[in-house]
Order: sequence, then C-alpha cells, then structure tokens
Amino acid sequence: MPIVRSPNQRWRLLAAHAFLLLLCAAVMFPFLVVLSVSLRPGNFASGSLVPQAISLEHWRYVLGFAVPGPDGVLIEPDLPVLRWLANSLKVAAASAVVTLLLSTTAAYALARMHFTGRHALLTSLLLMQMFPAVLSLVALYAIFNTLGTAFPAFGLNTHAAVVLAYAGGMAMHVWTLKGYYDTLPVEIEEAARVDGATPWQCFVRVLLPMALPMLVVVAVLAFIGAVIEYPVASILLTQQDQLTLAVGAKLFVHEHNFRWGDFAAAAILSGLPITAVFLLAQRWLVSGLAAGGVKG
Amino acid sequence: MRRTLAFGLGTLAGLVSLALAMAAHSAGQPMLATALLALAAAALWVYGFSSSLALRYVFPAVAAALVFVVFPMLYTVGMGFTNQSSQNLLSQAQAREALLAERVPTPGSQRPFHLLDEGGALRLWLPPLPGQAQGLLSAPWQGNAGELQATAAPVPATLLPLFDVVRHTQALRGLSVLTPQGQRLQLLSLRELAEMNPVFTPREGGALQDQLTGTLYQPDARSGFFTAASGERAQPGFLVGVGLAHYLRIFTEPKFSQPFVSVFLWTCAFAGLSVLGAAALGLLLACLLEWEALRGKAFYRLVLFLPYAVPGFLSILVFKGLFNQNLGEVNLILHALFGIKPAWFSDPWLARAMLLMVNVWLGFPYMMVLSAGLLKSIPADLHEASAMLGAGPVQHFMRVTLPLIARPMAPLLISAFAFNFNNFVLVSLLTNGRPDQADAALPAGTTDLLVTYTWRIAFQDSGQQFGLAAALSTVIFVLVAAVTLLQLRLSKANATEAKH
Repeated sequence: MPIVRSPNQRWRLLAAHAFLLLLCAAVMFPFLVVLSVSLRPGNFASGSLVPQAISLEHWRYVLGFAVPGPDGVLIEPDLPVLRWLANSLKVAAASAVVTLLLSTTAAYALARMHFTGRHALLTSLLLMQMFPAVLSLVALYAIFNTLGTAFPAFGLNTHAAVVLAYAGGMAMHVWTLKGYYDTLPVEIEEAARVDGATPWQCFVRVLLPMALPMLVVVAVLAFIGAVIEYPVASILLTQQDQLTLAVGAKLFVHEHNFRWGDFAAAAILSGLPITAVFLLAQRWLVSGLAAGGVKG
Repeated sequence: MRRTLAFGLGTLAGLVSLALAMAAHSAGQPMLATALLALAAAALWVYGFSSSLALRYVFPAVAAALVFVVFPMLYTVGMGFTNQSSQNLLSQAQAREALLAERVPTPGSQRPFHLLDEGGALRLWLPPLPGQAQGLLSAPWQGNAGELQATAAPVPATLLPLFDVVRHTQALRGLSVLTPQGQRLQLLSLRELAEMNPVFTPREGGALQDQLTGTLYQPDARSGFFTAASGERAQPGFLVGVGLAHYLRIFTEPKFSQPFVSVFLWTCAFAGLSVLGAAALGLLLACLLEWEALRGKAFYRLVLFLPYAVPGFLSILVFKGLFNQNLGEVNLILHALFGIKPAWFSDPWLARAMLLMVNVWLGFPYMMVLSAGLLKSIPADLHEASAMLGAGPVQHFMRVTLPLIARPMAPLLISAFAFNFNNFVLVSLLTNGRPDQADAALPAGTTDLLVTYTWRIAFQDSGQQFGLAAALSTVIFVLVAAVTLLQLRLSKANATEAKH
C-alpha cells in the first residue's frame, strides 16, 4: 500500500474508470449483439439491440431439440452442436495435460541447469513455434494418414491424432514457464539442496508448488489454444460426429447458408464453458507465492 | 529396490516399443517402425545410460518437438522440391495402373436401363432401341451378380424408381450384361449401361497407347506425366522431383514475385502493428488493474478478459457480421452518427484497418494476462519505495515497471509477432484475403498474409499445387527465422545497453 497519496488521485481514478468503462463497452458490444441475435426470431433478422419478440428457436436448435419449420413440421437439428462441444472439451483437456507433462520438466532444466546446448535449445524452441502447423498441414495430413495404417487409433478422424498434432505447440509454453521459473528465487531450492534434497525433489517439492500460478496459466492457455484451433483440426477431422466446434461452427455461416441466429446461440453456448474454466483458474493467478517466500 | 523397479519399468517400456515397431512393420510401414525404434532407443539411452541430468528433464519436450514440429517441417521442405499436387500424388507405377484401369464406352453402345423386382430377385430391363419391337430383360439375380444373359422380352409392368438404383449401385458396378448380339454391357451411369473398353494398352518402356486414337504416351520424368509427342498429358500424373523450379517461379516470374512481395510487406505491417497495439493496451490495463485505490477490479478483469475467453473463431465470425456494409451494426451506428457507410470488405485499406482493429480487440486480453503475471513478480516494496521518493505513476512505470518487465516480456512479444505473422484463422475467416489484387498469376488478395496465400495455392486453387505451396512455406520459414533472430539480437543488445 503506497503511503504517499497524490492530491489529484480522485481525478486520476475517475479518468481510469471512464477509460475502463469505455473499453468494457467496446468489449461487450459484440457479445450483446450476438445475445440479441440469438433471441430474435429468424436467421436473417437485423433489428434493434433489444429484441422486440423473443424466440427460443435458435437455442432449441443448438441444444438438439426439434424446431418447427416454416410449414409447421418439426425439423430435427442437422448439426450436432453439443457433440462438437464435447469433442472440443475432450481434445482441449487432453492437450492441456500433454502440454504440461512435456513442458514443466524441460523448462526446469532450461531455467536452473547449465548444460551444453542450453542456449541453442532455447533458441530452437523459439524458432520452432514460429513455424506453425498451418504451414505443415499437408505434411501433417500425410503423416497421420500413414500412422493410421499401422495404428488406427491415431489415424485420420481420431481425436488422438489431433491431440498429438497439438503437442508440437508446447515449445511456446516451455518458454513461458522458463521465464516464470527465472523470476522465482533460486535460494529456496539451494536451501533444500543443502538439506539433502535431490534435484528431482527440489523440482517437485519446492519449485513446482511455487510455480503453480504459472502452471495454471499455461494449462489454461493450452486448453483455450486447443479449443480455438481451426486449421489442423479441419484437415484431420472430416466425419461430422468427430468434428470439434471450431471446425463445425463454420458450417453455420456457409456463404450460401448464413444461419446467423443459430450461429449466435452456438457461439454463446460454446463461449460459456471456456469462460468458466478461466474463472476457476483466475483465483490462482492472483496469489503472490514468490514474494511471500522471500520474506519468510 | 529402486534400481530393480527402474530396471523393470525400463524393460517393460522397451518391450512395448518393440511390439509397436513390429505392428508398424507388419502394417507395411518400415519407415514408421524405424522411427519408433529410434525414438525408443534414444529414450533408453537418456534414462538408462546417459550421465546428463539435464537431458532427462529436457528429453520429452525435445522428442515431441522433433516428431511434431521438425519432422513435418522437413517433410514440407522436401515436398517443395517435388511436383506434388492433386494430379501428381501417385508413384509412376501406381499412376500407370490407374490409367490402365480406366474404361471408356464404345461410341454408340450406350443403352438406358431400369431395375425391376421379381419377388426379391432383381432384373435389368433395357428398353427397345429405335426400330426394335422388344427390349432386353436380364436373368434375375440376388446379392452380387456376375455375368447376366439378357434375352428379348416385352415391356414389364412395373419398374423400380431411381432411388432403388442408387441403393443397389454397389452390386450394379460389378455386373455385366451379355446381349444376344454378343455385346458385353457394364454400368456407365445410374441410368445407362454401355460396352466398356480400356482406354490404354501397355507398351514397351512403360509407355501407354490410347486404343481409340493410337496416340503413344511416354512417361516423362521431368513433368511427372505420361506425355504424347504433341505435348498432351494423360491424367493422373505421378510424383517426381523438380529441383528448384518452384523457387525460380516465386522469385523470377514478375507475375508471381510482385504479389508475393506485396503480400509479404502487408504480413509484416499487420503482425508488427497488431503486437504493438495489443501489447501497449494490455500492459496499460494490467498496470491500471494493479492500482490498489481502484474499485471494481474483479469486474474489469472479467469483462476485459472476455475477448480471449470466447474462442477467436467465433468472435471473428461475429465481427464479420458486425462489419457487414449494409446490415452490420457497426455501419448502422456510423450511419446514425456521421452518415457514412464504409465498405469494410471491398476497400483494401478499410479491410486492412478492420483486420487490425479486430486483431487488437482479440489480442489485448492475452497481453493483459501475461503482463499481470509478470507484474506479480515485481516486489511490492519497489512500489512503496518509488512512492516514498515521490515518483508519479508515469515515472514509476518508466523507471521501475518497464525495465523489470522488458526482459521477460521480450520473448513473449516475439512469439506474438510470429503468431500474427501466421495468423491464418483471423484472415481466412474475416476477409479470406479479399479484396483480390488485380493482376496476379495465382489469386492473391490485398489482405492475404503469406500463410493464407499459401493455403489458397495448396487448397483453393484448382490444381492443389502442394509442391509449390510447400516451397512457399519454406520461404516463409526462412523469413520468420530471419525476423526472429534479428529481434532476439535487438532485445539482447537492449539488455546489455541497459546494464551500462
């Protein structure tokens, strides 16, 4: 808590609030429009932000209920949104776990140990993640096609293939974690070492608990990254019931079949679980374990 | 005890990987089997015999990077030296086989047909030809039919609709109908049978001869096609190496190099401005939200994080609707306030501005979260100290926060630049590269990034020119690597300067 208070603090606070509120409005605007569109009847409606007539047809559609068509006959939804959402969550959760398993130990070695090739490895990890999967799509397709002939569980149209393909994305997370380990005081580990802890014990018992906030950040980033990934999933998954939401959502806004209302409902439905994941993680982002450690 | 356990686990892992390699080998994938064995051997050496402790920690990440990043990259680079495309996917032997299996109908032998059902057995009915009184009726069959003798017969009472023909397509493909005239009719389409003949007959030296025209097609190892003396090509072709042909095309053909350069410049500007905008806004917000006197921080954090929490592919599609020229809410507001309706999607500069705005909107929360994480590691005492010494917020930021945050932030900014350099999803979903450039050999857009440009060549252009696209990808990789090394050097120079 700063002890010295500036006399014009009030005006600064007001200006800060005005700025933040303006930005919040800019952020919320698209969401409010989408919410409104999802509740308006019809797929082409463009009207006021507050809908005159509320219709739940798009929500019924997205949740898999039959919707009355123009001639009054019930139409079964043709696009399994909930299935896609489940696929996305499954792939993303697996991808987050894989990312953490691959990156935590490597980041530890890169932050704390001195070995030949350390700098070269750091640089190449940075370079690697700049050659994104988008550029190797044809190669990835061929590789998983080949893999599928020997191990069908990892071939095309499997979620395992998508998770594996996303594993290459951990290079960035190694850097993020390494950067965070660097900011943690090495003295605590040294103290543990003096008390007879092995390097592995130092890592698991001392460093990892301190790095928990960043581990959560990395897991959340990997999770969200997998949910929003479109190009790789779109070439590896083609069967409609296997699609992730990122691939499936495009089917709503096909150029000749722009289903704005159904799309809006699906967008809100899928945005919510990811927001929930972040809210759970946010508690961990605030704690200041490192500062407490030095003082103690 | 521990040692025995480790030995047991190691042996088990070794056996499992041997079994996997065997499975791969028996599935006809010797390369895959070799790769699996090499990976297993490397793991065994690292965890069993190597004395390097660091290597054990680094191995999983390095192995994953090699398999899932480096290998596809090398594969792409290799593909850039081939003519691989939708027409040139097969080996020469496979392409020859495919061509030899091709059939054409003998001219004038086509006859329409119908199906009829006789108590579970199916028959084919061929209506009478002009000038004939009776049609032909085939022998009945069930399940899979082979050769069916057909005899003259009067018009049957009921015929099955086309829907049932579609249902039995599989069986119909395999059958042939022998007419009394000695013709052998096979399925040509869902409505017609015809006498089918192979298009090509094999000739010496791997050549193929067209049976109808007599033209001789020789395999051409340079173009990857069976080519006639006139230059005519038989489809499909086959896969051959073309050396540097793609690179020569990219850099020396003006029709190709001009759009390439303009796409490259826009890609750099887009990535740089996006990172700058998002990072500045994100850092500012992170600092503001650290301010203890500010109320409602939880609310602001929540709302301002939303653009990142909502999947990008959804919000991009939402913006596509919002920026619609006539119906979009953005133009409704602009029209109400200023009486203008900008054409966001057909004017190149407006489209670029829109991409940047949407990208900053999408990108600043990520920067905000990262900055907040880094600000956490700055000891609170420093803030107290600078406040005691009378520093204002701006001074505190410039003198304390920024120098402390710059170093850990530099690699993150470079990552963000690289991400936006290859921001495929945003451009392909929002503008798809359009509006297009006027005169380019292959379709190139004014808002195309290098990746979307490559994607177009590989998957949208009619030829699916994978080889050319792979060569372009290789060029992009070299460019990105150069930019990254330059940036790394710059940030390193900054760091040493700050110390002096």
